[in-house]
Amino acid sequence: MTRVRRWLPGLLLVTPSIVVIGVFVYGMLGWNLRLAMTDRHDEISEGRFVGLENFVTLWDEKRWGISVHHAIVFTAVFVLGALALGWLLAFLMEKGIRGEGTFRAVYLFPMAVSFVATGVVWRWLMNSGQGERAVGLNRLFGMLGLDSLQWEWFRNPDWGMAAMAIPAIWQMSGYVMALFLAGFRGVPEDLREAARVDGCTEWQVYRHVVLPLLRPVTLSALIILGHISLKVFDLIVAVSGKQIITDVPAVFMWVAVFDSHDPAKGATIASYIVLAVSVFVVPYLVWTLRRERGEKRS
Amino acid sequence: MRRRWRAAVAVTVASLLALTACGGGDGAGQGSQTSDKKKVEVFSWWTGPGEVDGLKAMRAIFEKRNPSLEFFDAAVAGGSGDKARALLTTKLQAGTPPDTFQGHAGAELQGYVKAGQLEPVNFLYDELKLKDVFPGQLIDQISVQGNVYSVPVNIHRSNVMWFNPALLKKAGVTEVPATIDEFVTALEKVKQTGKVPLAIGSEWTMVHLLESVLLGSLGTDAYNGLWTANADWSGPAMTKALNDYKTILSYAGEPAEDWQPAAKQVADGGAAFTIMGDWAYGYFHNPPDGGLGKKSKVDFDWAPSPGTGGTFMWLSDSFTLPKGAPNRDGAVAWLKVAASKEGQDAFNPKKGSIPARKDADTSLYTDYLAEALKDWNTDRLAGSIQHGVTVNDAWRVKINEAVGVFHTDRDVAALQASLAEAAKSSGQ
Repeated sequence: MTRVRRWLPGLLLVTPSIVVIGVFVYGMLGWNLRLAMTDRHDEISEGRFVGLENFVTLWDEKRWGISVHHAIVFTAVFVLGALALGWLLAFLMEKGIRGEGTFRAVYLFPMAVSFVATGVVWRWLMNSGQGERAVGLNRLFGMLGLDSLQWEWFRNPDWGMAAMAIPAIWQMSGYVMALFLAGFRGVPEDLREAARVDGCTEWQVYRHVVLPLLRPVTLSALIILGHISLKVFDLIVAVSGKQIITDVPAVFMWVAVFDSHDPAKGATIASYIVLAVSVFVVPYLVWTLRRERGEKRS
Repeated sequence: MRRRWRAAVAVTVASLLALTACGGGDGAGQGSQTSDKKKVEVFSWWTGPGEVDGLKAMRAIFEKRNPSLEFFDAAVAGGSGDKARALLTTKLQAGTPPDTFQGHAGAELQGYVKAGQLEPVNFLYDELKLKDVFPGQLIDQISVQGNVYSVPVNIHRSNVMWFNPALLKKAGVTEVPATIDEFVTALEKVKQTGKVPLAIGSEWTMVHLLESVLLGSLGTDAYNGLWTANADWSGPAMTKALNDYKTILSYAGEPAEDWQPAAKQVADGGAAFTIMGDWAYGYFHNPPDGGLGKKSKVDFDWAPSPGTGGTFMWLSDSFTLPKGAPNRDGAVAWLKVAASKEGQDAFNPKKGSIPARKDADTSLYTDYLAEALKDWNTDRLAGSIQHGVTVNDAWRVKINEAVGVFHTDRDVAALQASLAEAAKSSGQ
């Protein structure tokens, strides 16, 4: 009885959230996966179980190949760009510049804007008009006499998705900066001192002492940015709408469900997105879990 | 100890209550309707300037004719009804349809028809003798196995070429191009002047261009044949049409955000031509808060898109009768207004379109609309692709995908193969 008394109140407290998450997250995930394994290719039919057929045939579609390619380019540019820029900002900040608080707020501010608002503004900034029709950034380049820098931005068939990552980098690098800054501050001054006494240059201090200690922070940032990037939808739709030239899996999923009226295809794409995100998230969870256990033991 | 227990139980119960309250909310809301007038929910995507005024004008007629009914405007914003249709899908699937909803007349409604969500409105056509007042070709092109599922309120024309007369003059184009070859020659002449020959917008405007080029290159019979069982998507005529498309597209400037900025390039003299539906007329012509305030025939001019003279490529907004509509009589009353001469003549001059009826009051339609109305009564008819007349949704998405891919690789053979595949897998 006393043992029951110890765990039952706690369980009761968390039950509602367990139930809600169970139904609305995991239940829906399961329901989606089941739908993806049927041939319910319109809204009327009941759908027979077809196993993994949809998952295989999706790869025959040209559009799927394009959208996966776009997602990879976007993710690579966005994650690396935001990490590099965020790290650089944190590095400069860490050097103890004046008015650090102000700068920190300024760089963090874009986080408060939604991707949709960012997208609407950047759609205008990245207008593809050139020469006398130029607006936004192209116009700016024109006014500065840098006409050769004018290009089609996200409408470029090869590097359009890299341009699409620019607003995302703009928005998230401040956040990465905050993470890194906390990381930098967490490195004890004694360690740096010790390294300096041993004759390290300032660069070597960073290379051999600070950076290794920042690995957990980098990993967290990577996971957070990576999963945002793989399921990106709002930014793309706000900047370019549902165009093939900037198609990504999440937009394709929307089109499959609401325009083509093909629920099974939409569910298949959704499953792939979950899979791609979990490739990022699951190892991270395992790693944190292990670390937490390790800490408890020690 | 006991306190903690109580707190835990209280929190649990409270959250369970909150959950059930969410589920039960709907029923309570419906019960609180106190007005003795019966509501008619009219679902549309008419929220922009012009169209919303037209809807208001029709609403006034409806309320005058039906004092016992209350018009409930369930409009959802968003051009061409993207967002509205997504919401509509969920409503229909949940079995809670609006009393009547807007849809493009033609194949776009087929999904609803197949799902058994629409009631045929043949009885209305018989009762109101609509078969005598709508063009016969229109009735043919919207009938599915002898049944009609909607009442067209307005007609827009898709195959219109808008151009800048001053720019053409400067480029030495003396005659408005009437064939595709003449069009290409004119585009080349404009290119020599350094201006943009053809303005285009986002990817859907390229599909819009494609339908005009197909109609102009294949001819009306072959184009209308594409939507029948003996369609030829893989033949040499289609290859030629798609090569024409490629040639024309090679004269296009960098894509603008949408059709309006593209039309603005023409109005401002930056570009010579654009091919867009006749809703562009309102944008060119209306005073500056909704349009560009340009003078027709002087600052901008129009002609049927090259090779399509004598054919009216149409699209139409129409209203439907969903099965299980809560207020079927109210919906029928609305459809009667939408089909009436009075209703259509109230709506269309404001929306900037022409009535589907042949007996409209011609004095209400001036300038471009007068010409369109004349052509509507005399021309041959062909249905639009992008605007839901000839192809169902799944097919239209595939055509859009094929054109989107073509825009990046410019591979005619691949485009033709994709289009043929789309016709095979999604054809009616």
